[in-house]
Amino acid sequence: MDKIFTRPESLRDVSTHYCPGCGHGIAHRLIAEVVDELGIREAVIGIAPVGCAVVAYDYWNFDCSEAAHGRALAVATAIKRVRPQNIVFTYQGDGDLAAIGTNETIHAANRGENLTVVFINNAIYGMTGGQMAPTTLLGQKTATTPMGREIKFHGYPLKISEMLSPLAGVKYIERVSLSSPQEVLKTKKAIKQAFQNQIDNIGFSLVEILSPCPTYWGMSPKEAIDWIRDVMAKEFPLGRIK
Amino acid sequence: MSGNEAMAEGAIQAGCSFYAGYPITPQNEIPAYMSWRMPEAGGVFIQAESELAAINMVYGAAAAGVRAMTSSSSPGMSLKQEGISYIAGAQLPSVIVNVMRGGPGLGNIAPAQSDYFQATKGGGHGDYHCIVLAPATVQESFDMMPAVFDLADKYRIPAIILSDGMLGQMMEPVVVKSQCPNPKSQIKKPWALTGCKGREPNIAKSFFLREGDLEKANIILQKKYKLIGEKEQRYEGLSLADAKIILVAYGTMARLAKSAINKLRKAGKKVGLIRPITLWPFPQEIFKKISKPQVKFLVVEMSYGQMLEDVRLAVDGKAKVEFLGRAGGGIPSEDEIISRIKKLL
Repeated sequence: MDKIFTRPESLRDVSTHYCPGCGHGIAHRLIAEVVDELGIREAVIGIAPVGCAVVAYDYWNFDCSEAAHGRALAVATAIKRVRPQNIVFTYQGDGDLAAIGTNETIHAANRGENLTVVFINNAIYGMTGGQMAPTTLLGQKTATTPMGREIKFHGYPLKISEMLSPLAGVKYIERVSLSSPQEVLKTKKAIKQAFQNQIDNIGFSLVEILSPCPTYWGMSPKEAIDWIRDVMAKEFPLGRIK
Repeated sequence: MSGNEAMAEGAIQAGCSFYAGYPITPQNEIPAYMSWRMPEAGGVFIQAESELAAINMVYGAAAAGVRAMTSSSSPGMSLKQEGISYIAGAQLPSVIVNVMRGGPGLGNIAPAQSDYFQATKGGGHGDYHCIVLAPATVQESFDMMPAVFDLADKYRIPAIILSDGMLGQMMEPVVVKSQCPNPKSQIKKPWALTGCKGREPNIAKSFFLREGDLEKANIILQKKYKLIGEKEQRYEGLSLADAKIILVAYGTMARLAKSAINKLRKAGKKVGLIRPITLWPFPQEIFKKISKPQVKFLVVEMSYGQMLEDVRLAVDGKAKVEFLGRAGGGIPSEDEIISRIKKLL
């Protein structure tokens, strides 16, 4: 019998540390599948962020580096510049990419670095216990917005993808989600495009993935993906941004 | 050329192929020089968006296996400390030049030696050290670069060149020596991130979450630091054999100390100098060897007494240790040094 579904070579055979219903496992696998399909496992270098996904390299079966919180795109910039023959990507959460690392994000994008960015937006800081993120929705309760995010005190959810899109150095931005199997397939297609762009020397490409964090949203896994579809995607509309 | 340019050209001669930096006085000649010289030599120059980005770019380039450096001055060095800690934790060979200026805070752009503690005691979070070398002339600023890259590679450690605003701006003739190492002779880096073709994946990391793992990683670092302490202490000694007063000074301050000693020796005074070349590891052995009740040490710094503490530790109560220091733009003058010595004699 033919084997029609198997673990990608780029994904290690280990058990997960992520919470039930977390989106990281799906996103990790999609990247591994894309890396396999593009035949770049031996050329790829991944940059793991500070956050729940810091140990992404425990799952991926290719070269990886950690980066200090927010600095993934500085680390990636240097690696790509000194080894242009490699395929370099960052995997970053909303706190990493859109709060502490906003400066690195904007400037790597504006320089038009030929990099691939996978941006996990789950509207919360997961690893530190569910604090408000720059992308936390208005009214959303977190460890540091116990009454819900209020405009008066916390401002608005930061739409970093829309902010980046006018920059001339940015070549591709798409927002996708993990809220259903159909959306997961679209996410994989977007990730593949972002990697293909780097292979083709097109330039800075970013995929923003709306990803569930049931634990710190205080929801069941099912409620969490429904919330992405019904609430989060209203604030962060899906589709091609650039 | 200037001390700053000498360090930049020295790095090129050492096979450095990545530089990232951010403007700050008094080290701006380094990125300006690197901006044309590095591409000419086939390397990568990036003007980073911040000191944080610059040091983390060095982290990335070092992880990818190339000789990488950044430079800054005191306030900028404070910003780099987190990145240096990560570089130390991930054991990535990197070179960082600090052309010291006055502090604390924004301070001023006058030369100072007030970052000695920061450089030699770790500087960022965690139990780590950087190798720290201090040149005293423009020629030495050049010569030290191949040596510091070799040390960084050999021990997989961040290494700092501690210069100052005086030495960085000073113009002196430099002989660009042809015996600089051939970059092709650089040591192999099988741990580098190059893509996992034909091998297991490599990981550059300083995060060890599982119980016991971080302690093991720390023990590896501590063993390395002990070895460096045993093997790499360097200093210059001057007229030590019969000296009753021994000046201890590094960098720009050692130049003034030397000229004071020359004058005093001509007047028949028995004075000598220890000029630490490695500030970490501190050259303790020479102090242990020559400390005795008949000798007095006079530590002279452009700070309010930072290296002084290491001298006291090395002397360990076996001789008297005196101090002369100014900072914030003030530099102990030759006359001040001479008059202090005369009081001690």
